[in-house]
Amino acid sequence: MPKTVHGLAAALPLANVDTDVIMPKRFLITITREGLADGTFADLRFHDDDTPRADFVLNTHPWHEARILIVGDNFGCGSSREHAVWGLVQLGIQGIIGTSFAGIFYDNARKNGLALPIVSPEVREQLMQAASHENGANYTIDIENRVIRHGEAAHPFEMDDATQTAHLEGRDDTLNSLEFADAIRDFERGLGNQQRVRVIR
Amino acid sequence: MSRTLYDKLVDAHKVCDLPDGDMLIYVDFHIMNEYTSPQAFSGLDQKGLSVWRPEAHLSVVDHVNATRQRDPHDAASKLLIDNLEANCKKHNIAFYGLGDRRQGIEHVVVPEQGLVAPGMLIACGDSHTTTYGAFGALGFGIGTSEVEHVLATQTLRYKRLKTMLVNIDGDLAPGVTAKDIIMKVVQVVGAGGANGYAVEFSGSAIRAQEMSGRMTICNMAVELGGRAALIGADEKALEKTKGRAHSGTLDFGGLDWNSDAGADYDTVFKIDAADIAPLVSWGTSPDQSVPVDGSVPAETEGMTPKAREVLNRALDYMDLKAGQAMTDIEIDSAFIGSCTNSRIEDLRAAATILKGKKVAGSVNAIVVPGSTYTRLQAEAEGIDRVFIEAGFDWRPESGCSMCLAMNDDIAMDGERIASSTNRNFEGRQGRGARTHLMSPEMVAAAAINGRIADVREFLSEGAE
Repeated sequence: MPKTVHGLAAALPLANVDTDVIMPKRFLITITREGLADGTFADLRFHDDDTPRADFVLNTHPWHEARILIVGDNFGCGSSREHAVWGLVQLGIQGIIGTSFAGIFYDNARKNGLALPIVSPEVREQLMQAASHENGANYTIDIENRVIRHGEAAHPFEMDDATQTAHLEGRDDTLNSLEFADAIRDFERGLGNQQRVRVIR
Repeated sequence: MSRTLYDKLVDAHKVCDLPDGDMLIYVDFHIMNEYTSPQAFSGLDQKGLSVWRPEAHLSVVDHVNATRQRDPHDAASKLLIDNLEANCKKHNIAFYGLGDRRQGIEHVVVPEQGLVAPGMLIACGDSHTTTYGAFGALGFGIGTSEVEHVLATQTLRYKRLKTMLVNIDGDLAPGVTAKDIIMKVVQVVGAGGANGYAVEFSGSAIRAQEMSGRMTICNMAVELGGRAALIGADEKALEKTKGRAHSGTLDFGGLDWNSDAGADYDTVFKIDAADIAPLVSWGTSPDQSVPVDGSVPAETEGMTPKAREVLNRALDYMDLKAGQAMTDIEIDSAFIGSCTNSRIEDLRAAATILKGKKVAGSVNAIVVPGSTYTRLQAEAEGIDRVFIEAGFDWRPESGCSMCLAMNDDIAMDGERIASSTNRNFEGRQGRGARTHLMSPEMVAAAAINGRIADVREFLSEGAE
C-alpha cells in the first residue's frame, strides 16, 4: 500500500453522504468484491438510461481523473456495506479528505488501503476552494508525516496510530491477529461455561 | 474508580493490547447475513484459514429474500442465499434459512431466540447491531473484512470509543413512542453528532420503556453516528431473556451491567420527555424531522449558505414546499417492517390504530413481520386479520424487505412512503423514492388518512 497518495482532488461538498448513495443496493447482489466501479455514486453519476449526468463533478474535466475526494461532514454514514469502499477504490479513489467519517466506513477504508485524513472545517474549505479551480489541484497525502501537501502549503491531518500503521505496513489484519492466537486461547480459558455461546443448529 | 457501562464491557472483553495502539477484543457471538458475508468466507478460503469457533456464529437470511413467497424471486438473490447456506454447511455454522420458523430479520431473531444477554459482546455485518445495547450488551456493526477477522480469530481489532450520555427524564405524552424518542435524539445530536462515541441512554423515560421500545432506541442510535448504544441492564432486560431457546445457556453477570454512580462521560445531552412530540421526517437524513402537527421547514435569516443548500436539496428531492403542513402531505404507500419496528409489540400497536378502519383507496399498504416466529405469534393473536381487513398486504415471509429494497419490494421513482423504518436517504427504498420515517402507529394512521396523520387524533377517537 502507498505511503503517500498523490493526485487530482475533486470537491464533493454534500454533507451526510451515506453508503446507499455511494453504492446503491442494486449493485450489492454479488458474492465477489469485483465489478463495483460502475456502481459507485451510480445515481449521482448516471441518468436512468445510464448516460452520464453532466452536473456531477466526477463526470467533468479535469475531475474525471480525480484520485482524491474532499467531502462534506459525516461521509459514509448508514449501512455497514464494505462494497462502498471497494467501489471507491475500484473507481481509482485512493484518499478522501473530510472533517468526520462514520465509524464502520472508516474501519472499512483502512482494511482496503483507502486513506481518510481528517482535517478541520477551515482546512477542508480551503482545500475545496483550491480543488474547484478550473484547472483542478493536485494534493499529496503523506501518511507517514500526517500532512496534506499542496504546492508550498502543508496541512496536518488526524489519523489514529493503528490506522496509520495499517496503511504504512499494508498488512493483512486477519493474519497479523492470528499471531496473537495464544492470548486468545488464554482469554477463552477464563470464560465460564455460560459465557460460551453455542448456537442451536 | 467509577466506570461507565461501556468501559466495563470493553475491559471485560479485552484479550490483549496490540503494538499499534489497538486492542484485540473477544466477540462472544457473531451474526451473519447473506449479503455482507460472502466475501468474508472467500477471504478465509484464499488464506487457507478455518473458523475459530463455529458454534459462536449464526447465519440468517433476511436482506435479499422475497416476502410475497418463500422461493427467491430471482437468480441473483437465490445465489446469495444458497451461497450462505453452503458456506455454513462447509464451516459447521448454524443457518436459519427460508422455511425455518426461526428465520427473520437478524436483530429480531436474536432476542427472540434468547441469544442476547447483559454483558455480551455481539458483532454483525450490519450497522443496526447497536440494537443489543437495549440489554446492556455491547453490539456493533462491522464490515466484511472484519467479518472475516471474527470468523478466523473470534476477535476484532478495536479502538476504545469516547462516551456520550443521553439522559431523558419525565413522562411521554400520549401518542409518543420509542421511535419518537430516538428520532428526537437524532434531531438534537445530529446525524453525525455521535461519530466516534458509544452512546448510553438513561433517565426515567428510558427505564419506563419496555424492551421492544429500548431496542428501537438503540437500533437507531447508529443514525446519530453512535458505534455502540447502551442501556443499563435491569429486571425487564433479564425477564426478556427467559423462556427462549437459548435461555439458561447464557449468563454474563446479569444486573452487574450498569454504569457506576459518578461515572464520567465525554459528552452529556439532557432531553425532557415532555418536549417530545410524535415526529415525522421531512428530508433525506434521519435528523431532518418535525412534529407531525408542524410544517416543512423554511429558510431562516441566520442560516448559513451551506445549511440553505442542504435544506433546498432535501426539499427538491422530497418534492416538498417550505411551510407546507406535514398533515397535508399525501402518501402513495405505507410500510410497516424493519429491524427498527417490526416486533410483535409494534404490530400490536399499529393494529390498535387500524382496528375497524380502512386504508385509503389510493394507498398501497404493506406489513412485513420481523420474523417468521413473530408472524406466527401475530396470526395466533388475530393481528393479521386486523391488518388484512383494514386493507394491508400481510406478507407471508419475513425479512428487511422495503426498508432497503434489496429484494423485489422496491418503491418507484417519486413514490412517497410512510415508513416505520430507520433511514430516509435518497434512493434508500428505491431510486427516486421519498421516505417519511415515523412510528408504526403513525404509519397506520397515515395509511388510513391517505396522508401523513397525527396519531393523537386516532387515540382520542378510541377514548370516546
